[in-house]
Amino acid sequence: MNAKPWKVESMRNHFGQALVDLGRNRDDIVVLGADTTESLKTSLFGEAFPDRLFNVGIAEQNMVAIAAGLAMSGKVAFACTYSVFGTSQVYNIIRQSVAYPDLPVKIFCSHAGLTVGPDGATHQMNEDVGLLRSLPNMKVLVPCDGLEVGKAVHLAAEVSGPLYCRFSRAKFPVLTAPEDPFALGKATVMRDGDDVALVATGIMVSRALEAAEELATQGVDARVVNNSSVKPLDRETLLRAARDTGAVVTAEEHTVLGGMGSAVSELLAQEYPVPMQIIGVPDIFGESGDGFAVLDKYGLTAESMIKAAMHVLSTKEAVA
Amino acid sequence: MGLDQALIDELDERARVLRVHVVKMTHAARSGHPGGSLSAADVIAALYFHILRLDPKDPSWVDRDRFVLSKGHGCPVLYAALAERGFFPVDDLVTLRKLGSHLQGHPEYGTTPGIEAPAGAEGQGLSISIGMALAGRMDGRDYRVYAMLGDGENDVGQTWEAAMAGANFKLDNLTAILDRNQLQQERRTEDIMSLEPLTDKWRAFGWNVLEIDGHDMESILEALYEARTTQGRPTMIVAQTVKGKGVSFMENVLRFHGTAPNDEELEQALSELGEPS
Repeated sequence: MNAKPWKVESMRNHFGQALVDLGRNRDDIVVLGADTTESLKTSLFGEAFPDRLFNVGIAEQNMVAIAAGLAMSGKVAFACTYSVFGTSQVYNIIRQSVAYPDLPVKIFCSHAGLTVGPDGATHQMNEDVGLLRSLPNMKVLVPCDGLEVGKAVHLAAEVSGPLYCRFSRAKFPVLTAPEDPFALGKATVMRDGDDVALVATGIMVSRALEAAEELATQGVDARVVNNSSVKPLDRETLLRAARDTGAVVTAEEHTVLGGMGSAVSELLAQEYPVPMQIIGVPDIFGESGDGFAVLDKYGLTAESMIKAAMHVLSTKEAVA
Repeated sequence: MGLDQALIDELDERARVLRVHVVKMTHAARSGHPGGSLSAADVIAALYFHILRLDPKDPSWVDRDRFVLSKGHGCPVLYAALAERGFFPVDDLVTLRKLGSHLQGHPEYGTTPGIEAPAGAEGQGLSISIGMALAGRMDGRDYRVYAMLGDGENDVGQTWEAAMAGANFKLDNLTAILDRNQLQQERRTEDIMSLEPLTDKWRAFGWNVLEIDGHDMESILEALYEARTTQGRPTMIVAQTVKGKGVSFMENVLRFHGTAPNDEELEQALSELGEPS
């Protein structure tokens, strides 16, 4: 965990560089893009390994199924584009040709969430985590900063079968250190506390840390969990957080329907129910504007988390 | 061209046996798609009993030729070919579509020995084949990739994405066969979404296009041989076929796209196919 002020970094630079590093050690790594190779920095991989990068044009269905064919032939295929095109545009291709056959196709998408900003609702992909995590065999990662995106690339190449990783166009605060662990099914406790647990992904991890600082000034000791592995969930860390604090707030740059908060609520409702609030994009489409201003407008803020924390705390006390 | 008549006769007989299996399998399952299986039987027989380089004892042999059935609903004839070729027991065929069977209603990857790709939702198989062909070229392997498409799959946008990519990547190790039986689920293809002039379209997309009678074994073999020697671009063989071919009351009859024969129809079909019931 880094102290504030955090510097901000491009997630895509880490992504592109990690692919090059991975490709150097692994001949079986291939990368596909859909007229998005410069934008996602997969062009760096193409410069290093021209025979292993395939730009298929604006044809995401084709991209994903070609990736499947490569994966059936001994390759580990990274299919990379913007999140709206790499998920909802091609959902049934992923379902039938990637998830059902359990193939090593790794779908890495930038431009997720509201922070795409000025491009507006058509490009602000807020439903991808829910879509992808409901597919059997699929793993879902949501890194919180560029370093974690890089680690996700290496992790994806290690784990079997399909995996989806979503990150952002916006520069995000650097919250983690290079030596910090990043593993499938592992959440990271970024700050300890026993009054309430703030469980967040992506950009909302930094906002959770800010919320925790503010809550501390009000005498509330908040635990902050970076829940980067949405599927599989880190049951142990999440259940421990629920037991230790008895009050949980989740926060994600994704619709409140079906995303990380839903996943956590599915776990807690069945294993250890505690008062809980889910913060995310309300059940509406986004709009153009500065990415972080749009986040604020739609309530994805530290203030919302503080309010939600107070609400679950009062519910906890009322129940007690 | 004068191909070996004994070979032609043998492959015709193989196709007849595949057709027998198709009607028996779909009858036993009380569901499935006999029409598009019967139209494809001759091409499948040519591929599995003469063209494809395979080892039934080692289904994942890295240098094997790949066959992707993109029109997944036609899987009964493919299962029949795999069984007759020795990938699994012929007795398994009548378990088609039944609970616990490895013969799913549409192909499942990793379950049925010899099945190279999942298929069901139309239009994904040619793209998958392109991935296989790219991998083969990348690895310097000389295997060939074959994909069979239904004509209805020309409605699917992804098919044309794949058509562009196959030519763009100059995949001469890829051969597609279009089972042009003229019928899709609801009606004639031309009455739903006109496909013609179909060979011109594929030619315009950069493919080497051959048009043949998909029930004439000599033409089938000649086209597949020509595809093997064509360089710098993939080949599309438009096989003009008859849906339900070989069973008179199924030929060109829409109902048998997705309806299995009943007991009486089975008996008549077997009799027409020269098989004791």
